Amino acid sequence: MSVSGVPRHWRSLRERYRLLGTYCENCKTSFFPPRKICPKCRRKGRTREVEFSGRGRVFSYTVIHVGSKTFEEYTPYIIGLIELQEGPRVLSQIVDCKPEDVHIGMMVEACFRKLFEQEDGGIISYGFKFRPVDDSWAEYYDRLLADRAMVEKT
Amino acid sequence: MKREVAIVAVGATKFGEHWSKGLKDLAWEAGVQAVEEAGISGKDVQYIVFGNMSGGMFEGQEHVGALVAEFLGLNPVPATRVEAACASGGVAFFQGYLAVASGMYDLVAVGGIEKMTDVEPSQATEILSAAMDYEWEAYFGATFPGVYALIATRYMHDYGLKPETLAEVAVKNHYHGSMNPLAHFRNRITVEDVLSSPFVAYPLRRNDCCPISDGAACVLLAPLDEARKYTDTPIIVKAVAQASDTLSLLERRDICTLDATVHAAEKAFAMAKLTRKDVDLVEVHDCFTIAEILALEDLGFCAKGEAFKLYEEGETYVGGRLPVNTDGGLKAGGHAVGATGVKQIVEIVKQLRGEAEGGRQVDGAEVGLAHNVGGSGATAVVTILSRR
Repeated sequence: MSVSGVPRHWRSLRERYRLLGTYCENCKTSFFPPRKICPKCRRKGRTREVEFSGRGRVFSYTVIHVGSKTFEEYTPYIIGLIELQEGPRVLSQIVDCKPEDVHIGMMVEACFRKLFEQEDGGIISYGFKFRPVDDSWAEYYDRLLADRAMVEKT
Repeated sequence: MKREVAIVAVGATKFGEHWSKGLKDLAWEAGVQAVEEAGISGKDVQYIVFGNMSGGMFEGQEHVGALVAEFLGLNPVPATRVEAACASGGVAFFQGYLAVASGMYDLVAVGGIEKMTDVEPSQATEILSAAMDYEWEAYFGATFPGVYALIATRYMHDYGLKPETLAEVAVKNHYHGSMNPLAHFRNRITVEDVLSSPFVAYPLRRNDCCPISDGAACVLLAPLDEARKYTDTPIIVKAVAQASDTLSLLERRDICTLDATVHAAEKAFAMAKLTRKDVDLVEVHDCFTIAEILALEDLGFCAKGEAFKLYEEGETYVGGRLPVNTDGGLKAGGHAVGATGVKQIVEIVKQLRGEAEGGRQVDGAEVGLAHNVGGSGATAVVTILSRR
């Protein structure tokens, strides 16, 4: 990273570790990145910190083959734009799967991973990434519940 | 009372890898051409404003405004460097326009300068990623091509755009670049060349991406009623409009639309009192092939999801219904980031004067539009120029 001072990395550490955003009590909307002011309600807004579930779907994705200096050694890696259940979109890497398995609409959940290591004993940065959720279970349970409803009906 | 503004002279270096030239040399080369064309002395210039994205990170040199004035021997003329990532040149043009339109100055030099090849490519990628949201995009490993790739993936999903059609954008820009002596790349390429080039960020391949270039461009602005002192062919600035949007893709209304382009275009066409049909050619910001598709839609030349038809029908070539990027665009013409917005204006001026060489002249061009974007769409500048 071109900015290497420790405070710079430390300042957004909580948001990066726990996927924290902003919720406005006035318009009932969640925002990410975190904000001091609700962009919709402005002064009328009442904002508070919110921890997101980390669950969401892939809104778009790419596979980075040519990385910047900091990420060069990790290529190729997948970057996803994730639409969280709570509404906001966040960007990070998609891990624990092959690039060809990623598709728009795929269910993912946040996990805690290493982002990069600075050269020469510099800091190691961590934060959220996303991994696929096996949603075949969700389908199985949906079917199970539907079957049970059917049984109870008859 | 606002004054009408005209471009009275232009100058530009070749875009490419200038190993023997630094930032100051490039500024000198473009500036001297413009001053000589206007038949003035550099000392007649009252104000210098130019775009430069990152002298600090590419060259370790900030305070480049005064540096350029000093090197051109123009002290104590005020000199300002403006920065809006890849839209630095367009924003500089807007500032120069304001300076003349307001009545503050009667002769203003607007420039764009970038020296990018002194750092290794991975370092350049890192520097360019500073045009996005550093904290919530670049920090997680997104690159600048990567962010446009996210747009491309979604666009292909929503509108059925095929890689072959996207490749046509690069093929056309290389064809135009082959006719432009100042272009970075002058070779022609085929759809197969694009589709067989390695991935930079899926689905974008190397031939979907513009190169990293060194280069500079300069135009001189004067009030329209004084323009004939300097030239027989003043080009009138009908409109310049700038708009802002989020730096990151995270909070965009629609990642397949650059709202800053939409807003700037609406404002510019209203200011110029012209319609899309009046435009004879456009220079749009094709940092990646997908960006040219978005630009034509967001500028209002076609509906969302339909720009690819123009490519399938070959309408964006010189001689087509809407010639796009007649100098090769960013893809073949080159992208010296801070200089690009001004280079685009130089091309439109040459076309409107009927001076475009190499067989790329658009017959009878009267009105041209330039579109310059910063980052993934956080800044957009739209300029409309006319011969009369």
